[in-house]
Amino acid sequence: MSRAGLVRTAIVVAAVAALELAARGGLLRAGVAVPPSEVAAKLWSILRAGDANADLAETLGNVALACGLALVAGFSLGAVVHGLPRLRRALDPFLASYYALPFFAFYPVLIVVLGIGRLPIVAIGFMFAVVAMMVATLNGFDRIPRALPRTARVWRMGPVRTALKIKLPSAAPHLFTGIKLAVAYAFIGVIAAEFIMATSGLGYAIAYAFNNYDNRTMYALMLLLLGIVVVVNGVLHGAEQRLLARRRAR
Amino acid sequence: MTVRPLTRPAAATAPHEIHARLAGVTRTYGAVGGRGGVHALGPVDIALRRGEFYSVIGPSGCGKSTLLDVLSGLSRPSAGTIVFEGRPVDGAVPDGVGVVFQEDASFPWMTVRDNIGFGLRENGVDAAEIGRRVDAALALMGLRDFAAAYPPQLSGGMRQRVCIARTLVMQPRLILLDEPFGALDAQTRLIMGDELLRVWRETGATVMLITHALDEAAMLSDRIGVMSARPGRILAEIETGWPRERDSRIAADPGFGAVTSRLWGLLREESLRAIGAQAPAGADRA
Ligand SMILES: Nc1ncnc2c1ncn2[C@@H]1O[C@H](COP(=O)(O)OP(=O)(O)O)[C@@H](O)[C@H]1O
Ligand SMILES: [Mg+2]
Repeated sequence: MSRAGLVRTAIVVAAVAALELAARGGLLRAGVAVPPSEVAAKLWSILRAGDANADLAETLGNVALACGLALVAGFSLGAVVHGLPRLRRALDPFLASYYALPFFAFYPVLIVVLGIGRLPIVAIGFMFAVVAMMVATLNGFDRIPRALPRTARVWRMGPVRTALKIKLPSAAPHLFTGIKLAVAYAFIGVIAAEFIMATSGLGYAIAYAFNNYDNRTMYALMLLLLGIVVVVNGVLHGAEQRLLARRRAR
Repeated sequence: MTVRPLTRPAAATAPHEIHARLAGVTRTYGAVGGRGGVHALGPVDIALRRGEFYSVIGPSGCGKSTLLDVLSGLSRPSAGTIVFEGRPVDGAVPDGVGVVFQEDASFPWMTVRDNIGFGLRENGVDAAEIGRRVDAALALMGLRDFAAAYPPQLSGGMRQRVCIARTLVMQPRLILLDEPFGALDAQTRLIMGDELLRVWRETGATVMLITHALDEAAMLSDRIGVMSARPGRILAEIETGWPRERDSRIAADPGFGAVTSRLWGLLREESLRAIGAQAPAGADRA
């Protein structure tokens, strides 16, 4: 492990140990903090009993759906808008200020329009993620060397094939930034939406435990969520490194 | 390779078959309602003979790349007509035309082998045939040892070879090259020029090479079209009279100096104009 890696690990270990000591030594009120070791034990028992499986599956399904739709729609929209400079100039201010919108304030509207259930939750995750992917696609397409799509024209490839087989891989390093953001945003959107308008799912389960003063379960589910996000990001990071490794001069 | 004595006259087959023709071609960029814009090219008339090596030389910014764009069908001329193999070229690249761009156009996400075979795959050629043609192109361009490498691992010259190989496997009958050796050092340029001559001989294709290098044009071409400063027009067409079997050592031929000095005679004033015209930036836009 590198020096920075050692320091990083030490920081995490120290923080967990400090929390453990603080919780056990009575520094924190029992109602506030649960020692990490007990949280881990609780999570283990939840996983063994399969108590969270249904909620977990639902949340991951929602995130996957929201994220998958956002990636496809974000890329397609980005690709199309990139080909229409006038439309793009018109849209630019909207794209730039999009994330200034407090989406969650509109949740009653979503419920009225889409009803209760999966749909409004996936919709929030999607809305949260799609523009990040669209902006990343526009950025990536801006940096495609001009000669590449021109080569595609010499080979008489159509616009869709050119987008998928030339522009997509050429812009891939930038698209990856969009994918990572979209995944993160989809998680945030879905979990937060589950807090406020779901009757199942991990976000709902966390809120439910909180409302019932079941701190142990609440923290265990948070830990589970944290673990999942860390794994997903680790996989994405690994894929990104593999992709970039080939493109670097030796 | 040997340099044959230059006694034989240039491939003197009496009536030349015209392979591609530009007639009264002009190109203006960004004209709004017929006013303003940059008049980049023309009017230009060129008749490319089938199987000849034709170079276009001119000062920078005179419209050489624009000429290649309209001839290849990558962009439409503002006026005039272009005909390739008897059919008009209009807004699409016809089958049988290959283009090598000035900039590196290799795909960094594919191996050299996949880069070279990509166009064939896109055009539905079967796998066995792709394998054969790619192997031949790898050998021809000296890329066999780099078949599994990715372009970012190669030098600029190697990458340009990949782009040339990628064009050759499509077996174009007209090959257009836009300053393909511009980024290379002098010795590599000479070697690449020789390879281009060999490819030209072996494939029998018509070649149009765009260049701003006098010696390159003089060394490689059967004919050289000399362009004026922008808007580029053809000032003169010079026949070199070189034999078909030739390489860069033709520079030692007594006739070589005559060709280059004629070229320079035509280009000197244009180059000065090109430099001078750039001084008052945007003056011609008023
Ligand atoms: N897409 C474009 N839009 C506007 N002007 C252009 C464009 N492409 C080229 N030009 C202008 O047209 C002129 C000729 O350009 P180009 O054909 O690239 O010259 P060359 O290849 O001989 O250096 C230049 O003045 C250039 O600035
Ligand atoms: Mg040019």
